[in-house]
Amino acid sequence: MTATTDAPDVTGLSPTLADLEAEAIEIIREVVAEFDRPALLFSGGKDSAVLLHLARKAVWPAPLPITLLHVDTGHNLPEVLRFRDQVVADGNLRIEVAHVEEWIADGRLKERPDGTRNPLQTVPLLDTIAAQKFDALLGGARRDEDRARAKERIFSVRDAFGGWDPRRQRPELWNIYNGRHAPGEHTRVFPISNWTELDIWAYIEAENVPLPDIYYAHERDVFLRDGMLLTPGPWGGPRDGETLERKTVRYRTVGDGSCTGAVESDASDVRTVIAEITVSRLTERGATRADDRLSEAAMEDRKREGYF
Amino acid sequence: MTVLTERPAPTPDENAPAAAGQLRLVVAGSVDDGKSTLVGRLLHDTKSILADQYDALEHVSRNRGADGFDLALLTDGLRAEREQGITIDVAYRYFATPRRSFVLADTPGHVQYTRNTVTGASTADAAVILVDVRNGVSVQTRRHAAVMSLLRVPHVVFAVNKMDAVEWDQARFDEVVADVRRVAKRVGLDQIEVVPVSALTGEGVAAPGPDWVEGPTLLSLLEQLPARRSLTDEALRFAVQLVLRPRTDDHPDYRGLAGRVGSGTVRVGDEVVAQPSGLRSTVAAIDGPRGEQAEATAGQSVTLRLADELDVARGEVLSSAQDQAGVVRVIEGVLCWLSEDAGRDRQRVLVKVGTRVTRGLIGPVEERWHVDDQRWDRDAAPLELNDIGRVTIQLADPVAVDGYAQHRHTGGFLVIDPDSGVTLAAGMAGGHLGEPQLMI
Repeated sequence: MTATTDAPDVTGLSPTLADLEAEAIEIIREVVAEFDRPALLFSGGKDSAVLLHLARKAVWPAPLPITLLHVDTGHNLPEVLRFRDQVVADGNLRIEVAHVEEWIADGRLKERPDGTRNPLQTVPLLDTIAAQKFDALLGGARRDEDRARAKERIFSVRDAFGGWDPRRQRPELWNIYNGRHAPGEHTRVFPISNWTELDIWAYIEAENVPLPDIYYAHERDVFLRDGMLLTPGPWGGPRDGETLERKTVRYRTVGDGSCTGAVESDASDVRTVIAEITVSRLTERGATRADDRLSEAAMEDRKREGYF
Repeated sequence: MTVLTERPAPTPDENAPAAAGQLRLVVAGSVDDGKSTLVGRLLHDTKSILADQYDALEHVSRNRGADGFDLALLTDGLRAEREQGITIDVAYRYFATPRRSFVLADTPGHVQYTRNTVTGASTADAAVILVDVRNGVSVQTRRHAAVMSLLRVPHVVFAVNKMDAVEWDQARFDEVVADVRRVAKRVGLDQIEVVPVSALTGEGVAAPGPDWVEGPTLLSLLEQLPARRSLTDEALRFAVQLVLRPRTDDHPDYRGLAGRVGSGTVRVGDEVVAQPSGLRSTVAAIDGPRGEQAEATAGQSVTLRLADELDVARGEVLSSAQDQAGVVRVIEGVLCWLSEDAGRDRQRVLVKVGTRVTRGLIGPVEERWHVDDQRWDRDAAPLELNDIGRVTIQLADPVAVDGYAQHRHTGGFLVIDPDSGVTLAAGMAGGHLGEPQLMI
């Protein structure tokens, strides 16, 4: 992650950020114009918070004609869920929540031996897309997150199984986006594809985008597992040999509590977070996501199955 | 232990000019010309590879029996790419120097993936085409040069790679430069740069090459290129994406035309013409992402409120009254065929120009660009994957369109299969490749 250094213009955004914002708004407007039932994947994380902020700008002063969708693994941190619900209430928005636990309870999904539920999100996601007849899903994925995501188109047509086939991606030309698809297929759309982690934070600073407070340094009981600082929770832990310690930490990404770790940090506001990321020697996923360490192509494999 | 450790931030060069904004870059080249290695080198030398990526890379390189780091493994992220050691699809990379941030489209070299080169080139401000100094100009060099010319990528840089393999032989480099310049001239690329590099050792990329090399390193050259061709002085083109009518208590009568300024500048009070309808009005207000603004320039996403209640909807283009787009029912232009299914004579398609989609009927191929001998030929055979041909398309409805050479934003169009929705071809109205512009 390296710094974007161009000077801010009168709007307070750097030319690069203003351009990324204009591009994202253009993409969101294409989705609103061309699809019948779009949804926006909203986890309460920083990328989806920025995406929602952009979506509301894209249609201002009209109300957002897009339903939010969250796949709740049952392993989310309570602070994040509270933030999600607050955003929905304050903004008078609609949200559809798919609870992974319902799929486990009725046998459509089985709990994994390692306890992580992140890969289990795919089936509830695809079932909900089908049940709600969503034809486009806006997501906050960024190409700088992962090798497989670096290959993703902005408009990505998925087959009836939600699958992603990198060999069969459509060419994407100029800013003319083609979201046409056959019945049963749907389109995933990534308006902030070209943003980096640092761009996201610079935008959060410039636009005062609210985030769950776990993104900022706070004291928390954590235990060490596989090199990551995890919070105790329904995913289990600390186990034998793992000890609880009180540390000053923050989260760099939010996600399933079983595989998303905190980092030791004193960065307690946006400015200090930006300073910290600028000198960080770890990517956000490398630092805090166990699921991406499962194999060399973990993200690709999950995307092929329909994962976000 | 997951602790963020200190890394010195890059020190800005005191004497460097002011930061130059983001540059969107496409990198193309034949298989084995070292494209992935060059991209890896750019990421490495700009310190854009972080510790965990290094660890992963070291682990994979070792598993594969490589000596040290294989920079190509950093970019070839898909299973099949690693298995075959080739790049299959466009990957987008992000790196920055103290002077500029870059979005790099890393495109595959295999012939069957030329469509991805077109994808990368369509949004690029600049292109780097790799040439292996040992082999010189190849068919792919000619093809990529033609694609960059056809798509009007504003700046094209040829990086003559593997200079270390010929011990930085200046005479050999000069031979390749002469060939490259001939190719560029044939396809109508007037302004090119040629830089000798070794992606493997890094010389000529971010680090200087031998004394005989004149001119800047590749990275330094890329830092200096103008970011976007200035589109603000051109005529206004604003494709309407969406009509915003909230009908809320706060905004009961609001009616705004949402879109992104493709080219030119629009100011409050300007007279505009909606095309193809021909309706005229003046701009009463401009709502930007941070409230009302007096003007909007190329690249900005805004919402225009007009003085009159016009029936202007998605698909119309607002042009400046003094300099309007053409309104046509027949598009004459060049197609880059991107589908495995060959085109058919009188094929029924959808054509998407800006935000307008209309039905179209493709006429017979009039001329075809021959990559090997670099010229247009009368050749009416249907277009196949990666073919470049000149055709006319009859349209069911009139559309507002410019010559692509004048307006990259309103001169490009998609040809879409109406049944599957697949993008069959990239179209450029008018069209120019090594010969005078044909107007629509």
